Amino acid sequence: MLRHVTTRLLSRSIKFRPFSTDVAAASAADDAFVKAWRSTIPNLEPPKTPLSFMQPRPPAPSTLPSKLTVNLVLPYSSEFSNKEVDMVIIPATTGQMGILPGHVSTIAELKPGLLSVHEENGVKKYFVSGGFAFIHANSFADIIAVEAVPIDQLDSASAQKGLAEFTQKLSSASTDLERAEAQIGVDVYSAINSALSG
Amino acid sequence: MAMAALRREGRRFATPLMSANPANTLRSSLLPSEEQAILGVRSISTQVVRNRMRSVRNIQKITKAMKMVAASKLRAIQTRTENSRGLWQPFTALLGDLPSVDVKKTVVVTVSSDKGLCGGINSTSVKISRALHKLNSGPEKEAKYVVLGEKAKAQLVRDSKKHIELSMTELQKNPLNYTQVSVLADDILKNVEFDALRLVFNKFHSVVSFMPTTATVLSPEVVEREAESGGKLGDLDLYEIEGAETKGEVLQNLAEFQFSCVLFNAVLENACSEQGARMSAMDSSSRNAGEMLDRLTLAYNRTRQASITTELIEIISGASALTG
Repeated sequence: MLRHVTTRLLSRSIKFRPFSTDVAAASAADDAFVKAWRSTIPNLEPPKTPLSFMQPRPPAPSTLPSKLTVNLVLPYSSEFSNKEVDMVIIPATTGQMGILPGHVSTIAELKPGLLSVHEENGVKKYFVSGGFAFIHANSFADIIAVEAVPIDQLDSASAQKGLAEFTQKLSSASTDLERAEAQIGVDVYSAINSALSG
Repeated sequence: MAMAALRREGRRFATPLMSANPANTLRSSLLPSEEQAILGVRSISTQVVRNRMRSVRNIQKITKAMKMVAASKLRAIQTRTENSRGLWQPFTALLGDLPSVDVKKTVVVTVSSDKGLCGGINSTSVKISRALHKLNSGPEKEAKYVVLGEKAKAQLVRDSKKHIELSMTELQKNPLNYTQVSVLADDILKNVEFDALRLVFNKFHSVVSFMPTTATVLSPEVVEREAESGGKLGDLDLYEIEGAETKGEVLQNLAEFQFSCVLFNAVLENACSEQGARMSAMDSSSRNAGEMLDRLTLAYNRTRQASITTELIEIISGASALTG
């Protein structure tokens, strides 16, 4: 009987929602929406919601997992998706933060800086421009950044030049807007320089 | 006999007037044998059919070319869309998606195309937007529109002009990129007050199937309210907020970042769906044009053969009248 239920559920999800495997847990909110929709707009099919296109995350395990699952996403690509690593160090606004499996759930805002991913065969370093990082209770870490480049693609000479240029702009800035822009430039370039040197 | 001659004269007067009327040229070109018998002119009706065939053939060439162009544009934008799909998933994993949330101010952001000839996707988006507007309007609630794209603006301006807060067109003049979309999102967030933003777009599923989708982005105050009341967002309080600013400011930045990411994905998906819909629309029109061309070719051949037959009959009857 259990097999019937699972095959029926699986066949239904394959027919209607080929992007997800099983979304029974997430459909409570969808159901309320679908019901409200159908009562007021009977002729139109309700639109889909993002939950039906997503793979659900596993719940928090009871024992401490050995690895951290990291997703690093950018607007133009997903650098890592569900990659198992030992540790990541993220550049939060309060400083560099190390995330290990079993870290407490956190929402961290990122500032421009160095992101390093520690796995068995070495450390990968990226320079991220800014974004957010979510660490969930089930040892999943989502890092959403606007730009992330491996630091071997960064040129230290042009970084120094950029820093000098923006420091000069900051000292000669007249309006608040110019000062804010120059300050952002100084922050980013000094972060690049420290990432390349450190 | 005089009556027959008069009747024939009458018809000869009437049919030129009729064929001058463009609504009747279709009928007259499809009934060439009758027309010939009345007018006694042969090559003009084949000319009419030939003209129609030429114009239908040109239309077929144009629609085939448009299909090829749409296919190449689709290929280019499809990879970017698939790469951007990872962008909104962390937000939904953290905050969930609450389409049934009850808020005072809803803003429906409709994403549509600027150019036409892309099938029914814009009408579907507009229908869903209107439905969401109706769902979220009530005694204490109100809903407004933000329209992206010319086609939805044209449809919504007709009956909901006073509800449209902001409208933007010509999004695809330059290739879509995140910087442009984040500036757009910033514009919307600055100028529009909202408790919940509902984006309506067509998610690209495959070249022939597009799913109308709605994604909900909540303002930070609503997020806090939902977190406190428990339910879907109840776990949000368990998350520690790392940041130099207060929790409220971090949530504000989070909501803005979420909106720009979801909008970026929505705009890309809609562009993909637009190209896919245009491909299938142009494909079916080329096929229709091909069928029309087949029918016209048959009519043309019938006309041609009938005129030859009539000439032969006249010659032979003339010859037999002379000899016999």
